[in-house]
Amino acid sequence: MSAVTDVVDWFADPEHWTGPSGVPTRVVEHLGLTAAALGIACAVAVPLALWLGHVGRGGPLAVNLTNIGRAVPTFAVLVLLAIGPLGFGPAATVTALVLFAIPPILTNGYVGMREVDRDVVEAARGVGLSPMQIVRQVELPLAVPLLLNGIRLAAVQVIATATIAALVAGGGLGNIILLGFGTQDQAAVVSGALLVALFALATELLFATLAKALDPMARVRQVQTVPDP
Amino acid sequence: MAEPGCLQRNDWVCGEYLTSRSELIVDATVQHVVLTVVSVGIGLLLALPLGVLAFRYRRARSWVLGTSTALYTIPSLAMFSLLLPVTGLTATTVVVGLVLYSLTILVRNVLAGLQAVPAEVVESATGTGYGRRSLLLRVQLPLALPALFAGVRIATVSTVALTTVGAILGNGGLGNLIYSGLRTQFQAEVLTATVLVVALAVLADLALLGVQRVVTPWQRSAR
Repeated sequence: MSAVTDVVDWFADPEHWTGPSGVPTRVVEHLGLTAAALGIACAVAVPLALWLGHVGRGGPLAVNLTNIGRAVPTFAVLVLLAIGPLGFGPAATVTALVLFAIPPILTNGYVGMREVDRDVVEAARGVGLSPMQIVRQVELPLAVPLLLNGIRLAAVQVIATATIAALVAGGGLGNIILLGFGTQDQAAVVSGALLVALFALATELLFATLAKALDPMARVRQVQTVPDP
Repeated sequence: MAEPGCLQRNDWVCGEYLTSRSELIVDATVQHVVLTVVSVGIGLLLALPLGVLAFRYRRARSWVLGTSTALYTIPSLAMFSLLLPVTGLTATTVVVGLVLYSLTILVRNVLAGLQAVPAEVVESATGTGYGRRSLLLRVQLPLALPALFAGVRIATVSTVALTTVGAILGNGGLGNLIYSGLRTQFQAEVLTATVLVVALAVLADLALLGVQRVVTPWQRSAR
């Protein structure tokens, strides 16, 4: 069980909590990479998904993008971008992260918009809402659960890829793991991996909470489950 | 002095790389295929009983789904590193990690497939005297095949891509070439290996689609 105590010791060592390669710095770096990539990906994919979903076009595109995203190894794209024109550094990393974050947001956002009951949209049109109002007041709120699910999938993907990015361009929690590999320090490897896993699980939980808070139908469902008096 | 070849110029596309390193490329490809097949195979063997368990017992269901969601959230680099103290710098570590990921996808699809079997079908099978066991083996599982196959295809394609990260443990199939190309900035090596990984994923997907068509002939009309 010395592996476990070694990891505990690693976390207890104050040296691992300060300086440019300390845990807080790495967490902030990881958070920064994740937020930047997710922000850019959302800025690109959310309006596109809403528009494609609203006009009902581009379904095959959205589905194929997801399939391609699954087949292309993130590690390979990171390496290709880094030894290619972008060079080693945050530009290559963020570009790779954005590329892999777009497909899940686009697909889920599109499906979310398409799955809005056509009768509801017709009714909204019937009472005189403009196309813009229909998107903002009817379709978007109803598409939020799936859209959010897409952003959650993208976030998990980005966090995983940002970890691998340490292999290529530095930065983030993956560095703790890599440094451990380099120095044959198994406790550091496992501690870094634990931090990454915790980071990912915390993100998952955050989105689960967000999804509950933003689901417009949740309240309706709650009302429905109240037993008859 | 002859003109420098594409290897000296470090071109992205280089025929000389393919001919001079063919053995290395074939070995890496074979390892990649073996890692993928073994991982998805073991994942499937584990996913079937777990999926049935989750289908039959509500408590098992929430446990299986919760655990698999959490597992899938863990990034691959962290997963392989967490397994390091248990199985060391070996191909086994890579396989265990890949099994855990494919298991997650497969269990969900087994469960979804079983849940999608119409209640009338189950009722009439029970009515004609099927026991619980034969109902599962001869009615429910065969009808769950399309969903199961969808899961196998997704799991295989993502396993092909994820195997590359095994390079950190020295056992990543074509990922090893990408990793060594990263350190030496060898462009032809990285691009060739990447193209091969994507080609493997596409080929595997098409092959599985072919098998699916043979095994589930009643689905043929529905694409």
